[in-house]
Amino acid sequence: MSKHNVSTVDPKKASRRKFLKGMAAGAAAAALPVKALAQGSSGFMTYGSWEEYFQKNFQEMTPEEVKATLKRLEEKYTKQYGKKVTVKATPPMENVLFGYALDLSRCIGCRRCVYACVKENNQSRRDPQIHYIHVLRFENGEMEFEKSERYYNPEKVPEEGHYYMPVQCQHCRKAPCVKACPVRATWTEDDGIVVVDYNWCIGCRYCMAACPYEGRAFNWLDPKLPPEELNPDTHYLGNRPRMRGVVEKCTFCIQRTREGRYPACVEACPVGARKFGNLLDPESEIRYILENHRVFRLKEDLLTEPKFYYFFG
Amino acid sequence: MKRRWVLVAALVCLFARPGLRAAGAEEEVFAVPPPPLSEDYYPCAENCHNDQETDPTPRVLEEEHTDIKLHHAEQFRWCLDCHDADNRDKLHLQSGEKIDFSESYRLCGQCHGAKYRDWKKGIHGKRTGYWNGKKQYLLCANCHNPHNPRFQPLKPEPPPKVPGSGTLKSHAKGKHLKEQTHDGGEEK
Amino acid sequence: MNTLMEFLVGTFILAFRGGKKYYAWMGSLILIALVGLGAWVYQLKTGLGITGMRDPVSWGLYIANFTFLVGVAAAAVLLVIPAYIYKWGPIKEIVLLGELLAVAAISMCLMFVTFDLGHPERFWHLIPGLGILNFPISMLSWDVVVLNVYLAVNLIVPVYILYNAYQGREPNYKVLWPLIIFSIPAAVSIHTVTAFLYNGFPSRPFWNASILAPRFIASAFCSGPSFIILAFQLIRKHTQIKIQDRAIFKLAEIIAYAMGINLFLLIAEVFKEYYSATVHLAPMKYLFQGLEGHNELVPFIWTAIAFNTIAFFLFLTPKTRENFFTLNLGCVLMFIGVWIEKGPGLILPGFVPTPLGEMWSYAPTVPEVLITLGIWAIGLIIYTLLLKVAIPIEVGEFRQIKDRLHGIVGQNQ
Repeated sequence: MSKHNVSTVDPKKASRRKFLKGMAAGAAAAALPVKALAQGSSGFMTYGSWEEYFQKNFQEMTPEEVKATLKRLEEKYTKQYGKKVTVKATPPMENVLFGYALDLSRCIGCRRCVYACVKENNQSRRDPQIHYIHVLRFENGEMEFEKSERYYNPEKVPEEGHYYMPVQCQHCRKAPCVKACPVRATWTEDDGIVVVDYNWCIGCRYCMAACPYEGRAFNWLDPKLPPEELNPDTHYLGNRPRMRGVVEKCTFCIQRTREGRYPACVEACPVGARKFGNLLDPESEIRYILENHRVFRLKEDLLTEPKFYYFFG
Repeated sequence: MKRRWVLVAALVCLFARPGLRAAGAEEEVFAVPPPPLSEDYYPCAENCHNDQETDPTPRVLEEEHTDIKLHHAEQFRWCLDCHDADNRDKLHLQSGEKIDFSESYRLCGQCHGAKYRDWKKGIHGKRTGYWNGKKQYLLCANCHNPHNPRFQPLKPEPPPKVPGSGTLKSHAKGKHLKEQTHDGGEEK
Repeated sequence: MNTLMEFLVGTFILAFRGGKKYYAWMGSLILIALVGLGAWVYQLKTGLGITGMRDPVSWGLYIANFTFLVGVAAAAVLLVIPAYIYKWGPIKEIVLLGELLAVAAISMCLMFVTFDLGHPERFWHLIPGLGILNFPISMLSWDVVVLNVYLAVNLIVPVYILYNAYQGREPNYKVLWPLIIFSIPAAVSIHTVTAFLYNGFPSRPFWNASILAPRFIASAFCSGPSFIILAFQLIRKHTQIKIQDRAIFKLAEIIAYAMGINLFLLIAEVFKEYYSATVHLAPMKYLFQGLEGHNELVPFIWTAIAFNTIAFFLFLTPKTRENFFTLNLGCVLMFIGVWIEKGPGLILPGFVPTPLGEMWSYAPTVPEVLITLGIWAIGLIIYTLLLKVAIPIEVGEFRQIKDRLHGIVGQNQ
């Protein structure tokens, strides 16, 4: 169906192989997922090669070096997860600046976006549990963050007297996180996506201190990504598996959007509150919103100039 | 799986009815999935209505369609305002033009002009596909039951874990506190 | 054997010579350091998740200690100015001890930041040429530069002086003078830049106050000299070096003024936040009163304020300032008080509530505390070893003698 499907090893087969291997190792069936998880990690001092350790910052790589890096990573991940993983480095499109808009009068706080994002972008599932999207619940008439609640868990949403505001990386035009990074491991791409080179990040977390939107997460421990849940269609600057000790964030699903598709959260939203497109295209959905609806941006007073807008449709 | 099916259906819809009407802004054809018609009733004409006399008097139906509770400006409206009296497999516009269920957005758009405008631009309602290319639209009726259009509440996905609660005892305690504060008296 | 080799061998021998107390002191420090390093290995193998830090509070005990110790290091300037600029005798005799303290403190700072990295093995990404230092845009890159430069200056100046003294020569002040002059703004700059590191981001209103850098400097001129006063008394008790009471009392006087300014700046800050009572008040409320049931910092900060205030009056009154019991009490109180205020008391309210208003309590874990103690132990080892060499040179016990190493005289430390 989708032209972006990659040929993959049958995941069932792969997990069965893992299963048998686990059994052979005498692991109890219950302990198996843990074992599989451990394999999905790469921490300190587990560089596959010297090339990997001395790899350059992505921005400084020649096209040949990029190619070699992608190939090396594909081999590494394929071996590590027991299924074919592709790592792309699709460049930005010409004359494209991505923007996002979220309709606050539609959002019902169901968190479908949160988990679609986790699935698409290969976040650590638990310990640390990494979510790029924080859905905040406010009481009607309030918009003070300190009075918001993110752990709400009623039977059904939306709840009477409340509204919901999902917050993720705002892809600021003047991104404080980019300014903060001492090694330029995070930067803004030409299409406006703020990305991280996980192999260049030293893990100082200064960007996290700088971000006013909690848009960044740190891999405090080895990420737990079960191989059967791995999305094998990955981008170097996006959803490729991360290692422990680095910062990660929303990339507007760079692996999808650079090929014209919508981000996963847009497609997961059951109420169509999430809108995405090219800010430079006057015919785009996002431009229509900016021109026909009143929009606002979070913490406008900080002048971070997000490309993420909120509106009331 | 489901999405694939929806898309196939949409493509069938698209190709099945080309050139039906002259092109124009208002006449734009949108890629929509099939309307959510109940298999119990549809096709309505063939199943029942061909054999029945039409009674055009607005009234509460007591024998058939009792499962439909109209919560859509019910004080002003009844079945035949939207459903066509002569052909129950069609809807009709204010102008009298008969339309397919797959074009029902035109009917909704008669009253909900602003929403219709936004919907056409891809702003109201969910879109999937390509931000720079083909988009999959949904009919109004795919999300809103036309007889009771308010969006139905959903069960939310689980809340996030309090950071560190899996590893650190001190934070597990914090989670307990959190749960206490917001589970109290919020049942809906 | 040339002079340098002889010098190095001599220092090596000095480091291993000492009395029972010296061995006990070094032995226990080494033990703590080893435990800390063991905990660090565990952290390297498992990840920073073994600490109490998580996304809502992404810096903790390590960065708190780092911040505090930058202050201790900067305080050396309080000896440098009277010693070299005003050539005040009593302090000129001991200025090297202060500079060496700066070396030890900066070493600890560098260890704390390194141990806080997710990928310390990627440190070379910071080295210009080899990696990419985002200078001058990132304030952290500024900190990397000034800390290393300050470390270098504070290493070069005393080592050059000592090495010359070892050879019985006067140092060439033409070379030394620019470095000494440079070390004064450098000391101020390390702490200013460290303050700017926090100061520069409006995402954290608690840090985003222009009063931060002056407060950093003021409190640094309390904590650093407090440590120096205590250390100097120990040094003169256990070694041959003479340290005049006048020098110590002068430092105590400086502390009084610095703490006066620090308390005044604190009041200015508290007034601004509480009276204007904007959303930016929340972190301060969290610190001083507790917020939404999260009051873990409250006892600490009030202890700090009480300690600092008591110490302030002890230092302010000449009578208590010049009584060694009350003086030492004041030093201990101030050291602890400033550590709380500038360590956890500064870092944690920067994060809580989070930018999206989450309340989350940080508490350090056992391995995290062990690593922290380990770094402190290493810092004290460094300082002890530096003194172990410097003092015999200063008092003329360790001198180059033409017929080999007989110049080395044992210490009874």
